[in-house]
Amino acid sequence: MTLQTFFAMGGYAFYVWTAYGICFVVLLANILIPIKQRKQFLRQQALKQKRQN
Amino acid sequence: MFLIPDSVGKFFHRMASPPHFYALTEKLMPWLVTLFLLLLLSGLYGGLYLAPPDYQQGDSYRIIYIHVPSAWMSLFIYVVMAVAGAIGLIWHIKLAEIVAISSASVGASFTFIALVTGSLWGKPMWGTWWVWDARLTSELILLFLYLGVIGLYGAIDDKRSASKAIAILALVGVVNIPIIHYSVEWWNTLHQGPTVTKIDKPSIHISMLIPLLLMAMAFKVFYLIAMLQKARVELLQRERTSQWVKKMVLEQMR
Repeated sequence: MTLQTFFAMGGYAFYVWTAYGICFVVLLANILIPIKQRKQFLRQQALKQKRQN
Repeated sequence: MFLIPDSVGKFFHRMASPPHFYALTEKLMPWLVTLFLLLLLSGLYGGLYLAPPDYQQGDSYRIIYIHVPSAWMSLFIYVVMAVAGAIGLIWHIKLAEIVAISSASVGASFTFIALVTGSLWGKPMWGTWWVWDARLTSELILLFLYLGVIGLYGAIDDKRSASKAIAILALVGVVNIPIIHYSVEWWNTLHQGPTVTKIDKPSIHISMLIPLLLMAMAFKVFYLIAMLQKARVELLQRERTSQWVKKMVLEQMR
């Protein structure tokens, strides 16, 4: 199987790769968003503690 | 609790302590991510490359490797959320409340993926993006239940009362779970019947079944990773006034 026929997915390339693409993006967001929120929280709390001192 | 061995009881007691949970999940994370990537890559390799095209659906059927595991996860996570919510409601365990709300966003994501990938599979196979068939409609209701839980939690400021409210909502919504599962048998419409869960004789070839099960396991591990990540943020926000969080923030500043 060549790379080209692999990506063509027997003519269903649009449906198959859109499905996989959306799945990938949604799952990645589920990891990145909480990590970003945690960093943001720690930064805010650090600022708050600095102001209190 | 004389029925539970002392070591087991101690383990759960420590797990339910917020600082210990926070530290343990951090240590656990690299292992979970490694396991997830191994399962994911072997599942994708088996499903997209090794498995032959379907004799009726050609290569379009390959959407099954994300569609079906996502749909399974959408149900599984809902049950976990409802059970964790009930545990929080009955025994007032803070960590159970946090697991319940942290599961909601991951569950909503898997429900969304199941619906969208199903639609992308339905268009070339059924000739339509959407039908109001029993399976599709009940899965859409599941998405609304998840969104309802997330919205309700956000609307109540006191997070302990918010957790009680979402636990009750989640428990009421459990009725929908068997409806989704049996919908393809009770109402025979466009959505095909089960192919895998007929334990005695699954109507799917082994070369297609193995990658499907690998992807299902990968998604289970993914749920654990994403839920724990969310849970760690929730925990920090709820415990912001406690000593261990303050100490950790201080250590971060240095």
